[in-house]
Amino acid sequence: MSEENGVIYRISGPVVTAMGISPRMYEVVRVGDEGLMGEVIELHGDQSVIQVYEETSGISPGEPVIRTGQTLSVQLGPGLLTKIYDGIQRPLPELEQTMGVFITRGVDADGLDLEKIWDFAATAKAGDEVSPGAVLGTVQETETIEHRVMVPPGTSGVIKSIKSGEFNVTQTVCTLEDGTEIAMMQKWPVRTPRPFVQKYAPDTPLITGQRILDFLFPLAKGGTAGIPGPFGSGKTVTQQQLAKWSDAQIVVYIGCGERGNEMTEVLTEFPHLIDPHTGKALMNRTTMIANTSNMPVAAREASVYTGITIAEYFRDMGYDVALMADSTSRWAEAMREISSRLEEMPGEEGYPAYLSSRLAEFYERAGRVETLSGDDGSISVIGAVSPPGGDISEPVSQGTLRIVKVFWGLDAGLARQRHFPAINWLNSYSLYPPSLNQWYRDNISNDFPEVRTEISALLQVESELQEIVQLVGSDALPVDQQLTLEVARMIREFFLQQNAFHDVDTYSDLKLQYTMAKAILSFQEESKKALAGGAMLEDVVNVPARSDLMRGRFAEGYAEKIEGLLDDMNKQISATMEAN
Amino acid sequence: MSGKEYRTITDVKGPLVFLNKTEPVAFGEIVQLRLSDGTMKNGQVLDTSDDQVIVQVFEGTASVDRQTGVKFMGDVFKLPVSTDLIGRILDGAGRPRDGGPEIVADEMADIIGAAINPYSRESPEAFIQTGISAIDACTSLVRGQKLPIFSAAGLPHNDIALQIARQAKLVGSDDDFVVVFCAMGITAEEYNFFVHDLERTGALENACLFVNLADDPAVERLITPRLALTAAEYLAFEHDYHVLVIYTDMTNYCESLRQIGAAREEVPGRRGYPGYMYTDLAMLYERAGLVKGKKGSITQFPILTMPGDDITHPIPDLSGYITEGQIVISRELHQKGIYPPINVLPSLSRLMNAGIGPDKTREDHKSVSDQLYAAYAQGRELRGLVAIVGEDALNERDLQLLKFSDIFENQFLRQGRDEDRSIGEGTLDYAWELLSNIDTKYLVRLDQKWIDKYHPTEKKE
Repeated sequence: MSEENGVIYRISGPVVTAMGISPRMYEVVRVGDEGLMGEVIELHGDQSVIQVYEETSGISPGEPVIRTGQTLSVQLGPGLLTKIYDGIQRPLPELEQTMGVFITRGVDADGLDLEKIWDFAATAKAGDEVSPGAVLGTVQETETIEHRVMVPPGTSGVIKSIKSGEFNVTQTVCTLEDGTEIAMMQKWPVRTPRPFVQKYAPDTPLITGQRILDFLFPLAKGGTAGIPGPFGSGKTVTQQQLAKWSDAQIVVYIGCGERGNEMTEVLTEFPHLIDPHTGKALMNRTTMIANTSNMPVAAREASVYTGITIAEYFRDMGYDVALMADSTSRWAEAMREISSRLEEMPGEEGYPAYLSSRLAEFYERAGRVETLSGDDGSISVIGAVSPPGGDISEPVSQGTLRIVKVFWGLDAGLARQRHFPAINWLNSYSLYPPSLNQWYRDNISNDFPEVRTEISALLQVESELQEIVQLVGSDALPVDQQLTLEVARMIREFFLQQNAFHDVDTYSDLKLQYTMAKAILSFQEESKKALAGGAMLEDVVNVPARSDLMRGRFAEGYAEKIEGLLDDMNKQISATMEAN
Repeated sequence: MSGKEYRTITDVKGPLVFLNKTEPVAFGEIVQLRLSDGTMKNGQVLDTSDDQVIVQVFEGTASVDRQTGVKFMGDVFKLPVSTDLIGRILDGAGRPRDGGPEIVADEMADIIGAAINPYSRESPEAFIQTGISAIDACTSLVRGQKLPIFSAAGLPHNDIALQIARQAKLVGSDDDFVVVFCAMGITAEEYNFFVHDLERTGALENACLFVNLADDPAVERLITPRLALTAAEYLAFEHDYHVLVIYTDMTNYCESLRQIGAAREEVPGRRGYPGYMYTDLAMLYERAGLVKGKKGSITQFPILTMPGDDITHPIPDLSGYITEGQIVISRELHQKGIYPPINVLPSLSRLMNAGIGPDKTREDHKSVSDQLYAAYAQGRELRGLVAIVGEDALNERDLQLLKFSDIFENQFLRQGRDEDRSIGEGTLDYAWELLSNIDTKYLVRLDQKWIDKYHPTEKKE
């Protein structure tokens, strides 16, 4: 490691220019008497331009700048789960201990607890030939997650000795014939994607328990989704619902430039949540990164990379990882802010010209892959976008939509009617159903894709009919079209609306979703029969059992009761024929 | 730091002064300028290098010349804080404006304010009753929240802010709020209105005012809210006060920000506002909240006037992305003569769910609020339809909803400027009474158990 000293020449907000050193691009340097952490982002003659991850007021020209020889890296190993980090992997609870409730500066903290002792169980043995990514042994990191200790990329050889036992993350657990010592902790530069063998096409849905997402616009494991929406339309609630309920094994949640109180809510709520798949605390599978809007902007820029690198590390163990980034617009704004301090020529709306390529590079780190050890792992990335004024023609939304395969469009109008999740069913889309349909047929029901098509067709028809209704009123429509409107209303109010804050309604498993959708279609069919048999529309739609069926979804054990409720409804609908 | 006075000004541009040949000057350092006629001005370092230092002058650069003496004070901007701040009126730079003595500092506090570690925050969940039904029922405020009022020119946002300041209280607690009021570029008339009202109710003794009026230097507005928040933080986190910060008008603040950006020839973002405006606003708004181990709290009520009533304008837009909701004032309701003219549909409180429910307000609060929204939203939509096809084309359900939207505006929203409604009887029971104008079968957002318990005509005793 070559250490060299330079001095500060200029300071402008988070951007500092140094003279007298010749670092590499993206090398980490220590700035000023307090040793603030910064990263080299531009070399310009004998000047090096540094973005500093901490507040710079009070720093003067002439103070020292010291090279570290390393690029911005994260520490990977047992102890990542249940943690909450800032944008550069400093654990927030430890920062609180060293500097109190306000974040001051110049404090360094390790991402992993270097002292903590883990119980390492070797799975490889002496004499084994190992290559990068090979699993050497396991550590029960949390109640539900087994941490697989891997050979770091770039290392291979024959194991000379390996032993099970109690170690901290820096102690050697395995020695190779050539003398290389491997500890449980490895470091990885955040801006470089971790290697894998090849990418596969996704074929399994990421089940989230959110009806509109799973049923109409599914995301595949290893897929990418974007959620753009104006403020107040429910981006954060949707992201949090996904973090809570999606059936990924590991969740990485990046709060990037968002509200402090919101992060606190996540932090206080998550430890009490139970994973419906394992029955254990959800926190056991979660790593969080919180860089709120008033924390230094350069660290916000880094937070997204820190998060995805941690996600890749778990993917390499063969896990399905879901990563939520809330919000990528704040990340883009951090890039814009730094770019403007660098006096770079701006692209659209002041964003740097490399915005869309950075977005693409980030989302491209998602995917289902064959890992170096031959396992199958995936990262699904769900990025929230906060377009100014809710207008998605802006650069961040457009740059995102060009890449992601699923678009969940949030709608201010729906939010205003308190239709939540406020995802617009007419303009949202998912490109995954064709590759997932086989999975649905095998695991849920053979006609699942057809039911989905029918439901979304009904919603389409409704939107066309609504245009007529706006002009002439619904009474002017023929009875069968009035029935279609009723059915569509049922889809919206009973199926698409889902209360994230209701204990029962917050999660519906895929089987139940399918049953509910079938119930709606069955209502349509029975009503058609009844109407043909002379019943009045008014009577048919107002049968009491129908509102029982609809309200029933808020009660425990709905999955067992729904068939009975459906029968009641159908009987009552048939009875309306005799009434006339 | 040396007490040297430099006379090396090279350029003066708008509120900025450029000078060279200085010894190392720290970023953010406070600067004193002595004009040739002896007047003093204050400023702050915006950019510093070996060759050039850029200083932003708070009082404007009028009369600054190349002979002006510039002295670097060797420290960043600090406010003298003590509990004596309560009951005082200060100017936009923190000097007494009420003719009283200088503040005797208990401590000098850095006005930039460090970010609160998200891990050290406490979740805000104590419901604040404002006595205004529209807010209490539909956009409930909790202690530690930042909830801006999105208004526009000619609307009664000041009355609403004052009514909130007057009536805000925690249910079942006698903790009073200390009001920190921060005026940025408002007119003397508006200022007098605030002061008179605070005087009238005796609240002035329990308030601390930072005042930058329309004819005060525009650049000073960039520090006024930081002073106010520094005072608020000191009172809340060192002396356990519950502080309500009202600042008005954020639009003037953002204009000043744009002015500095333009003078520095920065690359502008949307509508000429600087690209870092989001971060800058966040540095103010995020200074609200509760902190573990401290009893006090900071609740913020920023007021901003939306240029051209446009909610997508960068100022309300970026604010909305940082604050925990917004209260939107509607010109339409105001013109119908309804006070407070709060349009609940685009209004929102993100922390509402944490602050309401059993033991906090009432178990049926969430359901009632959802139902009010849904019914009112649909009713309003039907108004458009009725204008085209007439009421005859509506079915029974739509007719009821249409009627409800008028009842909601005229009875639920409308209340007196001094009318203080309690959350239970005054607001929620009243909401049930009004909702009973709609057939229960159309009230799909209400859990049956709440209908059984609270519906005025259908409840089962």
